[in-house]
Amino acid sequence: MPKIKLAENTIQLIKDICAKFDNNEGELINVLHQVQGKLGYLPAEVQEVIASELNTSVAKVYGVVTFYSFFTMLPQGENPISICMGTACYVRGAEQVLSELKRQLNVEVGQTTPDGKFSLSSLRCVGACGLAPVVMVGEKVYGRVSPTQVKEIIAEYREGCDTPESKSA
Amino acid sequence: MINLTIDNKPVVVKKGITILEAASSVGVHIPTLCYMKLDDMNIENKPGGCRVCVVEVKGRRNLAPACCTEVAEGMDISTHSIRAINARRTVVELILSDHPPDCLVCAKSGDCELQDMAHNLGIREIHYKGEQSTYREDTSPAITREIDKCIMCRRCEMMCNEVQTVGVLSAINRGFDSVVSPAFEMNLDHSVCTYCGQCVAVCPTGALTEVDETGKVIKALSDPNKTVVVQTAPAVRAALGEEFGMEAGTLVTGKLVSALKRLGFDYVFDTDFAADLTIMEEGTELLSRLEKFLGGDKEVKLPILTSCCPAWVKFFEHQFPEMLEIPSTARSPQQMFGSIAKTYFAEKLGKKRDDLVVVSIMPCVAKKYECGRDEFKVDDNPDVDHAITTRELAALVKLANIEFEKLPNEDFDHPLGESTGAGVIFGTTGGVIEAAVRTAYELHTGKDLPRLDFEELRGMEGLRQATIDFNGLPIKIGIAHGLGNARKLLEEIQAGKSEFHAIEIMSCPGGCIGGGGQPYHHGDAEVIKKRQMAIYQEDKNKVLRKSHENPYIIKLYEEFLGKPMSEKAHHLLHTKYFDRKN
Repeated sequence: MPKIKLAENTIQLIKDICAKFDNNEGELINVLHQVQGKLGYLPAEVQEVIASELNTSVAKVYGVVTFYSFFTMLPQGENPISICMGTACYVRGAEQVLSELKRQLNVEVGQTTPDGKFSLSSLRCVGACGLAPVVMVGEKVYGRVSPTQVKEIIAEYREGCDTPESKSA
Repeated sequence: MINLTIDNKPVVVKKGITILEAASSVGVHIPTLCYMKLDDMNIENKPGGCRVCVVEVKGRRNLAPACCTEVAEGMDISTHSIRAINARRTVVELILSDHPPDCLVCAKSGDCELQDMAHNLGIREIHYKGEQSTYREDTSPAITREIDKCIMCRRCEMMCNEVQTVGVLSAINRGFDSVVSPAFEMNLDHSVCTYCGQCVAVCPTGALTEVDETGKVIKALSDPNKTVVVQTAPAVRAALGEEFGMEAGTLVTGKLVSALKRLGFDYVFDTDFAADLTIMEEGTELLSRLEKFLGGDKEVKLPILTSCCPAWVKFFEHQFPEMLEIPSTARSPQQMFGSIAKTYFAEKLGKKRDDLVVVSIMPCVAKKYECGRDEFKVDDNPDVDHAITTRELAALVKLANIEFEKLPNEDFDHPLGESTGAGVIFGTTGGVIEAAVRTAYELHTGKDLPRLDFEELRGMEGLRQATIDFNGLPIKIGIAHGLGNARKLLEEIQAGKSEFHAIEIMSCPGGCIGGGGQPYHHGDAEVIKKRQMAIYQEDKNKVLRKSHENPYIIKLYEEFLGKPMSEKAHHLLHTKYFDRKN
């Protein structure tokens, strides 16, 4: 993983979030949630700052980050796409939707497109089983998604994207 | 008190203890695997993870893990019911189903708690076949991690975080993929690991072991062009016997020398000699700082901290780099020995330093790292070539078919084999500072010490303090063993609250007697205490018990070094420390 140098204001942002939780080690998960909310992901350098602020070891922070699938160490796309692979979605064809997503975006689960526009992840149950299979783009929920709709959904977010492909379209 | 029944016998036990403790208090043994407790040392690992200690409690639907279930009034416990035994066997079989079947060639074979458990439960077949976790091997200068063999007992994690506060190891990932690892799965040698080896000391399997250097030692011994010189650390003689079935605390100094001679070492010397030399340098440095301080010098750095322990040195280089001026600059006895062996002794033999191979037998795995540090090399030739642990020496003795128990007692060679009782007690917590007091007192006051045994400096408490009267001058001494305790004293110094003049620090609980290279204690703290008693016994047996009275030390200064802290002594026996924060 290439080493990145954090900007001063990013470090300050992390420190402020830690301070909001009184630099209490017991609040680690909440701190990670908020920092990821602001930065989109939790690279090693960010975890190091958090560990030092909360006076705990980086290994412990990394242990928590790798335990919960919600946390990610990879930068997310501008439009994070998640597909539910919970039981209800799965039996109603989520797998086919997923393979279509992979094909259209040309990425695997956990990856981000090279232009940084989309990232793909799978999750377990968003509590909308009645709408299965469910795809989320950012906060927006798409229900009863069929593989044929995938292209359409992606196109919604490609518009306005400054890529050669979208210009020609 | 609480009344309950254990295996059909009514017993009365203290309130608030666990089933495991209750059973143990009435002599009933419940097998455990992840659980470990070092009594009186404040060290306990109780994750309740492995489920080997499950017992049947009447009226409870599920079996109860004995290590973390509190006793309750009227409990009726069966520790070895068919149901408990079957569950235990299943648990161990499941662990084995994801464990490499490497026993024949595993470093831990014969000393492995998992192997013993499988044997004791009579497991002859593993019924569960499935995926096997694999993980790359990670080798550092001192410790090898073979995580395939990890059973997630979390003992190493507990030692690294709670006891040592080093914080390198943590469980990472989830479920089947979880392993114990440094942050970002980096290798140990990129981490802030101190190589104290306490993770190795408590690992029940072969997942964490020392880097085996016995092959290099055999190679040196079989090279006719090399003069192979060996030194043995004080704590080795109080523990090596255990590897040959002797009672813990048996002193085997004479047999140890005898075994080393039979293995073919050309000169068998004693690190205790170098410990005496350390006292001359460190004691003089202490007095010099103290006298400057008393003379009104505000710049002088006090307290002075001992610097014999390589894990401790690496710890403060990583964690307290702003305090590099405080520890004594004296090298550790291992390195002082190597330096003198490859100069003074090589000259005496009329040999070049390259002709000599210096091997050390250490209770420690960090010593492997220490002897590889660049500042302890001259033209890329290290002062100490190979450091092997007490365990590795035992393996060599077994390999050479030497019947250790039947060996006669022999004496160390001269001139680097003569030592005093002060050198011997370096092996235990409190020993270095007691040895320093014996010499510093006499050098400072010019008077004979009225007594030699400083009981107030001895013991197993993690943090101790005492004031020693230097003929009207009260010298305040602090002692810490275990790096977590050391951290507390360092934080006091940082906050300007420390009142000590001198502080002794050893990384391992108990000091070197509890080192990461010693025979495995398997969670029995008595073993470490008995080694401590043996060390003090050896001190008592010595005719000379003050470092400055060692005739060969006096001769070394007369013939070679001049006086303590001389320019030559500085060059050969002192060192500097490095900021390793980033």
